[in-house]
Amino acid sequence: MGLKEYAGKQIEIDDDGFVVNVSDWNEEIAKAIAAENSLTNLNAQHWQVINFMRKKFTEDGDTPSVRALGKLSGVSIKELYELFPKGPAKLAAKIAGVPKPRGCI
Amino acid sequence: MSKEAIERVSIIISKGSLEGVYPGLIMANGARMEGIEANLFFTFFGMDAINKSHYENIKVAAVGNPGLHIPTLLGCIPGMSALITSQMNKTMAKLDIPPIPEFLEMIADSGAGIYACQATVEMFKLKKENFISQLSGIITVGEFYQMAAGGQIVFT
Repeated sequence: MGLKEYAGKQIEIDDDGFVVNVSDWNEEIAKAIAAENSLTNLNAQHWQVINFMRKKFTEDGDTPSVRALGKLSGVSIKELYELFPKGPAKLAAKIAGVPKPRGCI
Repeated sequence: MSKEAIERVSIIISKGSLEGVYPGLIMANGARMEGIEANLFFTFFGMDAINKSHYENIKVAAVGNPGLHIPTLLGCIPGMSALITSQMNKTMAKLDIPPIPEFLEMIADSGAGIYACQATVEMFKLKKENFISQLSGIITVGEFYQMAAGGQIVFT
């Protein structure tokens, strides 16, 4: 737990660096978190995944797994790994300001 | 001493039962989800999991499996293995665990390599055509060690 500055705002983050309050998030913060994780250019597909992740979390109260992302976000699993090479669900969740996915699949 | 992150895993699947195949698949997929490089090696009866004729029909071992908590003699009844497998598959589907063919496709799409053991391929008189299209290659044990160099090896 701690505070970290993203895009000029003090944001509460957990030990793994995930934003604690979903409502703290905005697109500028997303870009800052992405840059910190070596993703300097978020393209339309990145945003498609990020927005899907937020939508799904708001609906279900749960962060979607890679399998769910591949089936429902409109971006295939292959593309997901190209977009977020260091682990799609985890990194996309971090950038989207939703909790770390807990599933094993 | 700080803990060093795992960067690469090579997972060997040597058993052809459902409970022999899934753990390795889950570990390989889980590694990729964490951004860890992963390769899967199938050997001996584990090879059924990537054999087109068998991979849709991987079953729970109903005999010699004390974890099932049923008497061995019951496990011998024809159809018992199929029945237990179908129940287990239903439970897993509810938990969002994909069936083996879809799981292998997911793992291949995640960038993990899927390899068959050459010695077993020769022993069972198999050909490349017998395997799923996601197969990355048929390799020797020496090639396996080269590929696994610098990482962790997990035998299941």
